Amino acid sequence: MELAIDGGIVTDARRLASAIAAPVETFIRAHSTVAVERAVARLLDVDGVDSDEVPLANLFLERVGSERRRLGSAAWLGALVAETGRTPREVAGEVAAGRLPIETAEGVPKEAARAALEPHVRRGLERVAARRDERLRLLARLPQGPAPLLYVIVASGNIYEDRTAAVAAAEAGAQIIAVIRSTGQSLLDYVPYGATTEGFGGTYATQENFRIMREALDAVSERLERYVMLTNYASGLCMPEIAAIAALERLDMLLNDSMYGILFRDINMKRTFIDQHFSRMLNAYAGIIINTGEDNYLTTADAVEQAPAVLASQFINEEFAHRAGMPDAQIGLGDAYEIDPDLEDGFLFAVAQAQLARQIFPAAPLKYMPPTKHMTGDIFKGHLIDALFNLTSVMTGQTIHLCGMPTEAIHTPFLGDRALSLENARYVMNTARHFGGEIGFKPDGIVERRAQTVLREAHALLERIASAGLMNAIEARYFADVSRPPDGGRGAEGVFERAPGYWNPFEEALAPLGSAAP
Amino acid sequence: MSGAIKPYGDTLGDGKVQLSFTLPIEWSESADEAARQLVVKMGFSDVAVAEGRRIANGFSFFVVYASTPVTVDASLIGAPSAAHAMSMEEIDALVRERIGRKVRVAGACIGTDAHTVGIDAILNMKGYKGDYGLERYKEFETFNLGSQISVEQLVRFTKENAIDAILASQVVTQKGSDIANFTALGELLEAEGLRDDVLLIAGGPRVTNLLATELGYDAGFGRNTLPSDVAAFIAQRLAERVPA
Repeated sequence: MELAIDGGIVTDARRLASAIAAPVETFIRAHSTVAVERAVARLLDVDGVDSDEVPLANLFLERVGSERRRLGSAAWLGALVAETGRTPREVAGEVAAGRLPIETAEGVPKEAARAALEPHVRRGLERVAARRDERLRLLARLPQGPAPLLYVIVASGNIYEDRTAAVAAAEAGAQIIAVIRSTGQSLLDYVPYGATTEGFGGTYATQENFRIMREALDAVSERLERYVMLTNYASGLCMPEIAAIAALERLDMLLNDSMYGILFRDINMKRTFIDQHFSRMLNAYAGIIINTGEDNYLTTADAVEQAPAVLASQFINEEFAHRAGMPDAQIGLGDAYEIDPDLEDGFLFAVAQAQLARQIFPAAPLKYMPPTKHMTGDIFKGHLIDALFNLTSVMTGQTIHLCGMPTEAIHTPFLGDRALSLENARYVMNTARHFGGEIGFKPDGIVERRAQTVLREAHALLERIASAGLMNAIEARYFADVSRPPDGGRGAEGVFERAPGYWNPFEEALAPLGSAAP
Repeated sequence: MSGAIKPYGDTLGDGKVQLSFTLPIEWSESADEAARQLVVKMGFSDVAVAEGRRIANGFSFFVVYASTPVTVDASLIGAPSAAHAMSMEEIDALVRERIGRKVRVAGACIGTDAHTVGIDAILNMKGYKGDYGLERYKEFETFNLGSQISVEQLVRFTKENAIDAILASQVVTQKGSDIANFTALGELLEAEGLRDDVLLIAGGPRVTNLLATELGYDAGFGRNTLPSDVAAFIAQRLAERVPA
């Protein structure tokens, strides 16, 4: 089934998205953030915490200070490695403990610093590449099964309980497991450390928690003879660091949006734009699929009205991802089934929007989010709404399918809720597997006209954003009806201008990918 | 309606309920029997395990129908409701006539809660289900502080901005974090000597008026609350406080 849509408008929408992203990219290339520099340190194996649980990457960067950091953390690590002959982790530890003054690094010739760090950079890249290649081998040996890939969330706060729930969900048919983060982690300016058993509304994202979950899912993948993917969140103030540790622990997907933190978490926009760019460069190299957060436009406002904003945001997210070197196959653009169940023909509108995204982004692994806003304590009605969401997803060929829970409005899912939800999805998707390929849309019918309207309005919105400039547009409430000033929001103090001679060896190594996309 | 009542299946007094739950055991016929005995121990009779099956390694899911012997007298329960319904125009008129100045309302998701869907539905201009949000009211001045606002921030804001009514929202309820946050807010307002100067209102999908009043709040609003329900409560309660 294909909608008749105007390809000329689509092409022009992409041109506008590029015009919107270009000046932002110029800004990104002249700046860096504390989170980018800490991610660089982590890729150089600067890992661990002090006795107060403060990560070594944070401690080191604080010692480097706000003026010196403008050369990049790698420049200072390289100089110290050259000067002492020790590893980046060792010198960072010595600096953090106050035993090695950062001044030791002053005056080390740039070339010596770079040469000394080069084997460590190479090793960091090799570690990431090894995990990526390992994933490819596993996927070849243990195929995941057909899309839409069934994705469920675990969120107990305790990584060991999450592990039990994740294994049970995989056995019940889940193909992707996401560990929801503790509420509030997005606003922490450091990555917590070690295995954690306390969290609210979710479980802290830590490298050790990633490792524990990956190990459990690898074991269940072998047992079920299908690879079960693991997802977490590269969002908030530590976006690039999460991308770095996720790459090292072979996560398969990361929620990673170019604007979500700005609009919905009041994180400084400059910080977010810079952080998302480096995160996505790492994700591209690590083979990690990103999931963008367009569903959030719909949960906070009317879904019918916001449909053009979703499509406009998809174009912008695609453009930023391409500019960071991501191929289409790794760009999981988001959408959600959030139309008011009381609206006549609401299902038709949902199909129109989902099919429109499918046709405009044919190679993208689209991420389809379940109803949440209109879910109530009536679990029976909720189960029914989820069934129509499941039908929309399989009909329109969505790729990543976040299974809706009948108890969505009540509690973080019980083990039994997940099983019921997966059963619902498996039933609908199996019984209607090839339905979409067997039917067509009535020319100029309700669905087709709706899709054309959404596309036209998204194009008009992109035109307005392009003429205002993205940062001004965000301040002027073009997105989600919230205003965020360019210098407001959390984490602004962690943004800085690069000094002449700034060095980020990973950006340097991964930059050529940018021109290869899509 | 008075007298003892029970759940109704298809005959008055049959006491029929449906239960579903998961047990941490591998499914077998004896797992069905374990589920049945468990429900008998809960005090139910006529227990029928309609469905029992394996849902994961070491976990089974059951659907059970049973009869309860117990009853409740609904006529003895006075459901406390916060305010009587009014339209936006009526509420604005009440504020104009009885209070004579704009009512200042501050709303926030307190603690680490980042789910603003509830507070946004009540405050945002657009509102919820066709009922305009408080920002739209001519006689309300609203401040939506957004998500993850500490109780200290909210109390400071209240003090500095002469707030008349605080709307504290909690969506996440895991491990009692909502109760802890609501309590902390009430206590800090008391400590700062501000409690009697503001209407303190709790909101969230799991909040009830009963729960909120038990926590020392003036009112609580749960699911299906419309913005005008909250606005009417604020206007009526503030109007009552104005000397006639």
